[in-house]
Amino acid sequence: MTHMFETIAIPPGGVANVSRRFVMRGIVGSGALVIGASVLPRPAMSAWSTGAGKMPGGTINDPHVYVAIDPSGLVTIITNRSEMGTGVRTSLPMIVADEMEADWSRVRVAQAPGDEKKYGNQDTDGSRSVRHWVEPMRQCGAAMRAMLEQAAATRWGVAVADVRAENHKVIHLGSGNMLGYGELAKAASALPTPPADSLKLKDPRTFRYIGTGSIPIVDLHDITTGKATYGIDAKIPGMKFAVIARPPVVGGKLVSFDATEALKVPGVERVVEVRAWPWPSKFMPVGGVAVIARNTGCAINGRDKLKVVWDNGPNASYDSVAFRRQMEQTAANACKVVRNDGDAEGALKSAAKVVTAQYYVPHLAHASMEPPTAVVHVFQGKAGTQCVAYAPTQSPGGCRDDLAKVLDIPVENVTVNVTLLGGGFGRKSKWDYVLEAALLSKATAAPIKVVWTREDDILHDFYHTVSVERIDAGVDANGKVIAWRHRSVAPTIKSTFQAGADYEAPFELGMGLVDNPFNIPNLRCENGRCEAHTRIGWFRSVSNIPHAFAVQSMVGEIAAALGRDPKDVLLELLGPDRIVDPRKSPDVADYWNYGDPFETYPIETGRLRRVTEIAAEQAGWGKPLQKGEGLGIAVHRSFLTYVATVAHVAVDDNGTLHIPRVDTAIDCGFHVNPERIRSQIEGAAVMGLSLAKHGKITFKDGRAEQSNFDGFGVARIDDAPLDVRVHIVPADWDVPSSGVGEPGLPPFAPALCNAIFAATGKRIRSLPIADQLKA
Amino acid sequence: MVTLKVNGQDHAYDGDTTVPLLWVIRDELGLTGTKFGCGKGLCGSCTVHLDGVAVRSCQMAVSEAGGKAIVTIEGLDPDGNHPVQRAWRETSAPQCGYCHAGQIMQAAALLAATPKPSDSDILTAMAGNICRCGCYQRIAEAVRLASTGV
Ligand code: FES
Ligand code: FES
Repeated sequence: MTHMFETIAIPPGGVANVSRRFVMRGIVGSGALVIGASVLPRPAMSAWSTGAGKMPGGTINDPHVYVAIDPSGLVTIITNRSEMGTGVRTSLPMIVADEMEADWSRVRVAQAPGDEKKYGNQDTDGSRSVRHWVEPMRQCGAAMRAMLEQAAATRWGVAVADVRAENHKVIHLGSGNMLGYGELAKAASALPTPPADSLKLKDPRTFRYIGTGSIPIVDLHDITTGKATYGIDAKIPGMKFAVIARPPVVGGKLVSFDATEALKVPGVERVVEVRAWPWPSKFMPVGGVAVIARNTGCAINGRDKLKVVWDNGPNASYDSVAFRRQMEQTAANACKVVRNDGDAEGALKSAAKVVTAQYYVPHLAHASMEPPTAVVHVFQGKAGTQCVAYAPTQSPGGCRDDLAKVLDIPVENVTVNVTLLGGGFGRKSKWDYVLEAALLSKATAAPIKVVWTREDDILHDFYHTVSVERIDAGVDANGKVIAWRHRSVAPTIKSTFQAGADYEAPFELGMGLVDNPFNIPNLRCENGRCEAHTRIGWFRSVSNIPHAFAVQSMVGEIAAALGRDPKDVLLELLGPDRIVDPRKSPDVADYWNYGDPFETYPIETGRLRRVTEIAAEQAGWGKPLQKGEGLGIAVHRSFLTYVATVAHVAVDDNGTLHIPRVDTAIDCGFHVNPERIRSQIEGAAVMGLSLAKHGKITFKDGRAEQSNFDGFGVARIDDAPLDVRVHIVPADWDVPSSGVGEPGLPPFAPALCNAIFAATGKRIRSLPIADQLKA
Repeated sequence: MVTLKVNGQDHAYDGDTTVPLLWVIRDELGLTGTKFGCGKGLCGSCTVHLDGVAVRSCQMAVSEAGGKAIVTIEGLDPDGNHPVQRAWRETSAPQCGYCHAGQIMQAAALLAATPKPSDSDILTAMAGNICRCGCYQRIAEAVRLASTGV
């Protein structure tokens, strides 16, 4: 059987030809050498400690795992993380290449299949890739460089101190003799990995690629010619195409179906029931009826003709209008206290003025342009049942484990090849669609490509939560904010894992609620009870969206109530430069710092202040503006990164919103690829606009009322900000790297709505803006 | 049975001709550069050229495309060096890249009809193409660049 991609396991300790290894065809030249040998002890010589070791698989920094050099000098570097648009598939190998002194024009990147034992953690989520992997990848490159130098020194019979690796060759300093990496490949890769504490990392001043932003993404050419392979493009010869009719309400199930008419549709070959797991079941399939056909178009036509009877179950009464009222009632009363500094209740009573506001952010769908899709073949091989999957997944390791469970075969018999992802945003951290394809392949004994139509995607998402945030701020007679009470009410992601979970989990509370950095003596955070009636999941930047929207809008409301400049009020609330440690605040339980040690990544108000000042200064805060124009500012720390945004808006007499310019300052510590940081922030502004202006999923009778881009609006080029300026705070290696993919998003909506207020005097408290600006 | 003329080559398709051209191009002909995004003419991911005009292949039955000259992203330029493709690379426009085949085909059709588009021409022509990653700033820049010579 031939697959489009082939995967060959490297025998441990042995030399293997990897010419056909790994995912992307044609990426590895012939005759490449790699050996599996000792894995470095970890953790190795940490510059800073991270939570990487606690992730499944931890980190691996061994060049025997990650680097192959063939005799021609072609270097292949494996990337273990999934590419969904952040550029990580380029950035991580670039780190290795830089440290090993490889010439990037002679480097190829290959994608690791799911195998966390071998490659370390592969869950591309939580804006963790660079922050957890920059150091292991530097060590990996440095080890490879040391091995190449050792091989050359041995060849020449000279001391290793007398040779130096430089730009794809090793030079003997005394004689000027040189050996190319290709000539040294075999000898170097036969050496054991040097001990971690012997490695010498490069002086950052000598980086060729890191920090320069000069390297385009490796897939750029293929993307522009249509050759780049996404999950939806993967092929296994003989594959059939499937679409699935799924229960319209979460927790519902199939009662019966009649496939007679569907089977008469030209091109339809089979109709098969898909096994269901009862809700909540993490990422297991919800079941339904699959129509299998010669092409996706025929399968869709066939599905239209299915007659299905569903039992909609207890969530059939989920109604967004009623649910909002219920959440607002919850927020109007005392809730569970999750942080309690000083005496906010008392201070609110004694305050000269109390500013109260309530904010609403609806459910959102991920709507990655590539919908969920996978190609899977389950077949009988020499070692029993085998499963080969090609999937656009953010988490090939977890996906592989569950494929093995669902098929009841050893995990070694499962290969998950990671294609490019046509967007992910957290949706593709859940692998239900891969499991569906596997079940169908097993049932039909054929390779199956499952495609979710856009309707499937939007009607059956793991939605961003829906939330009501209420903030009461007390101001004393001098205009100083002395009390702050923030109540957050939202269904929790935990409800997707555990029945009855009805309070936000520590990881949600830690995203902008209990980590509030403001210098307010009486600061109380509460969390209201809230049951989920649909599947809730991670959406890019998660709970930071509603929390930051409320907190940063409230700053603007306080400024307005006091008749003061919003930036001045914001800086005053941030207070003096200091570390805010929520673990020391009363009633904060299991404070979650994005899974990383607080000592490495404390909450530094000085960094919040700095990005605020940079964004304001770059945007020309205070400059004269035309009538109907305004600037708005917001700052937020998320994923351990500090981001401030100033939006410049113009609202015309018809209430049409324009965004002539956005300035965003980001402090993400030591960074690898500033050019991709810029593109992530540009994209965050667009996604921020999408959710602020258009985005909503509402439920009626348990079903989402939107099903495609007509109902679930996203920003288009004619309403998007097209002048987003990104200001990256320079940082040396001693400032730990932090997240990039997500932290750009949370400050955008509040900056925008603060700007709209400045322009029009209209305060937006309920998203999306939709037609609220129309007269 | 229809004969589809795609990128200068004839392909026979013996299946149901009411299905959208998109699925035949992708699933039957194996030309997967053209993408699925919405199936409703709302996103532009599936854009191809039909007799030189940009069309949404998800909105066109195979039967309507028979005999016409269809160009997909794979056939836009033999070496991928159409000015639009070069401009896309020059500006590093893509993030995930998924929408870009459609974006490039749309931009190429715009420039074929209007070689020197104004900014508002660009926004109008490209407004049917969604990029969920939000590459619009660079897309606008790339189209401008392609129109002024890369
Ligand atoms: S897939 Fe055709 S316009 Fe969206
Ligand atoms: S680059 Fe991802 S959808 Fe456009």
